[in-house]
Amino acid sequence: MSKHRDAKGRPLVAVTGLGVVTSLGQGKDANWQALTAGKSGIHRIDRFPTEGLRTSIGGTVDFLFDGAFTAPQLSEKLATLAAEEAVAQSGIGADGDFPGELFMAVPPVEMEWPQKQEIAATIEGEVDYDGLLRAAATGKFRPMHELFVFGGVADHIADRFGTKGSPISLSTACSSGATAIQMGVEAIRRGETEAALCIGTDGSIHAEALIRFSLLSALSTQNDPPEGAAKPFSKNRDGFVMGEGAGALVLEDYDHALARGATILGIVAGCGERGDGFHRTRSSPDGKPAILAMQDALADAGLTPDDVDYINAHGTSTPENDKMEAMSCSAVFGERMAKLPISSNKSMIGHTLTAAGAVEAVISFLTIANGTIPPTINYNNPDPALAIDVVPNEARKAKVRTVLSNSFGFGGQNTCLVLTAPPEAA
Amino acid sequence: MTTTSRRDVVITGIGIASSLGEGVETHAAALTAGGPPAVDTESFKPYPVHPIAALELDKQIPKKSDQRQMEPWQRLGVYSAGLALDSAGLKEDAEARSALQVIVAAGGGERDHAVDSAILTGLRGANEPGAFLNERLMGDLRPTLFLAQLSNLLAGNIGIVHGITGPSRTFMGEEQAGVDAIRTAQARIASGQSDLMLVGGAYSAERRDMLLLLELGGYLRHGTFAPVFTRDDEPGLITGSAGAFLVLESAEGAAARGAKVYAKLKAAGAARSRRTPGSVESALTKLVQGFGSVGPDAMAVSAATGCAGITAEEAAALKTAAPSARRIAAGDLVGHGLEAAFPVSVALAAIALATGQAKEAIVTGAGHWRGEGAAHLVQA
Repeated sequence: MSKHRDAKGRPLVAVTGLGVVTSLGQGKDANWQALTAGKSGIHRIDRFPTEGLRTSIGGTVDFLFDGAFTAPQLSEKLATLAAEEAVAQSGIGADGDFPGELFMAVPPVEMEWPQKQEIAATIEGEVDYDGLLRAAATGKFRPMHELFVFGGVADHIADRFGTKGSPISLSTACSSGATAIQMGVEAIRRGETEAALCIGTDGSIHAEALIRFSLLSALSTQNDPPEGAAKPFSKNRDGFVMGEGAGALVLEDYDHALARGATILGIVAGCGERGDGFHRTRSSPDGKPAILAMQDALADAGLTPDDVDYINAHGTSTPENDKMEAMSCSAVFGERMAKLPISSNKSMIGHTLTAAGAVEAVISFLTIANGTIPPTINYNNPDPALAIDVVPNEARKAKVRTVLSNSFGFGGQNTCLVLTAPPEAA
Repeated sequence: MTTTSRRDVVITGIGIASSLGEGVETHAAALTAGGPPAVDTESFKPYPVHPIAALELDKQIPKKSDQRQMEPWQRLGVYSAGLALDSAGLKEDAEARSALQVIVAAGGGERDHAVDSAILTGLRGANEPGAFLNERLMGDLRPTLFLAQLSNLLAGNIGIVHGITGPSRTFMGEEQAGVDAIRTAQARIASGQSDLMLVGGAYSAERRDMLLLLELGGYLRHGTFAPVFTRDDEPGLITGSAGAFLVLESAEGAAARGAKVYAKLKAAGAARSRRTPGSVESALTKLVQGFGSVGPDAMAVSAATGCAGITAEEAAALKTAAPSARRIAAGDLVGHGLEAAFPVSVALAAIALATGQAKEAIVTGAGHWRGEGAAHLVQA
């Protein structure tokens, strides 16, 4: 069997399975239909009371549980559904016996209020942590430990899918999903594994999570109508809208995938990442780390800016990100940026945070497969400072072979992926 | 799943801070003497902890404004990372530092215990608990507290304080995050995907919120200190505040910039056994045997927890796979630092090799509820 290698002599990394869940629905078909129809999944939050909060909307996923649940439980459920779809499509391994490693972007979890209240209910008098500790020592709340350890979600997913080795739970803030994909690519290129299950998941919209972002003034407060709040690249954008979801990709050594007769959905051709030591929440105003991350991703793929047909933007709808991103893209793509399509899925599904990089990579491969670019909706008031083609409001037919997918996060995390169509001649 | 070197990977920087103090010399002396540990049995009674020694934070985090933006675990991590960069001579070498990539094993930041306690008390009498919770959280949470709690902000702060503009990744998942951080960094350099890495973790033990999570599962030892491998009377973790970071690089890269080499990190591996009796022993034995036969003058540094069952299994694995090695439990010196436990143990092993206390070292660790890991170091 011939060995296919990229321009740098490394194994090609094929995508053979994709799965996605967002507030728009479960599965690729439901999401693709809604995304290309320009439909929003943002709505008023009814999971918890929003009285007294500046933001009362989100892209919560509300169709998976009947009763109460915690962020790790929802994150695990979302990941399971997305991974089941991806693994089934790839046809790899047997059920519960995935022949490769697991790389998971999971939200940082911690004990939530209902559980703390449950323990506190057993305490007489004022509640403090010493009282909680005494109650914990009775052993009556033992399952809460496994529920709230950081490694819990990935451990359960590893059990469910039978992935091999030590599962990675990672966080690079809002670029986590892209980092999970990048780590799978690197492991395959190192020859450590022939397949990788890469997942980004986030089901962590609860009161305190929302309040934390709200206190940082990061969220849109234009609650009415909810579906109009996320408006990336618009002049009146005022913050992001939290969303939930999961994206899963089966990555595979291209030759391994060919040998078993798998359908190749695309290639993860390049990854670029850069840190930004400028500020804890803000990006360098000159966009230098973002520019370098995009250039690194293209160089890693052995491609040039002219090869890119479409940019799947980070496009959070915050005043700073969208300005920085548009400027950085202009620096990388030059004059071509005026007509190179760039759209933000977040205009419809909100910012799925830890999951975003993976969810948007899945959507990028659907964009390639279907020859249609999902729009940036709510683009009614263009920001004249950002002279870019955001594919406003309506999906557009286009031949897309190469996508640049951007993810930028708190803590100076910048990760860019170059995603391409399957090679024409295998 | 063991990665063996295609390029030699060497340790050229060690930054360690713990209840014993900071730096290579302090910890080399503790390795020689085998203790005694610094243990506080009063402050968090009935839970003994190893409290962090007094550190002059200004030496590594010059700006007070930076210090204020962090919780203790982040300060400890940024401090230890700074020690590692100093020891690798990278603080002055901007060109080398620009190639630096970072992997951090991290948990999360400390809760505001006073706010939590007041809210929990108030919630019991609240007519509208949801509205009450919203009001109190909106009013009582410091906006910047979130940033001091976010797992990846330890890496973010390392970047800001030490001027690192390379990419960082944060691994979560308790002890195994530390194992996978070391394993991944080693593999990236061995394969040529990276030339220079800063890898490690930090843990603050002096916090009741983490004690609570561990106590919920019944994993903590109560009462007094006892050595890790002789806790049969009351098995469990004694946690310790500690931070450890290593600078790893290719042997060629280290030689080219004339860096001092502490030790060679030959291999690192990780496993995830579905825990049943004997599974930890079997996983660790397999990992260590995968390194080849362990010669004389070897040291085994164990990151064992002291928890029931798995600690004896780790001892049995070492007896089978490295019978001649002198065994040191990192927990007997500095306590157990969850995400930092494995990086601390690898740092101690590298210190032992660099100070001639052994010619070869094995590091092992089994997470308190999941994950097994091992590393193999030899003298430079």
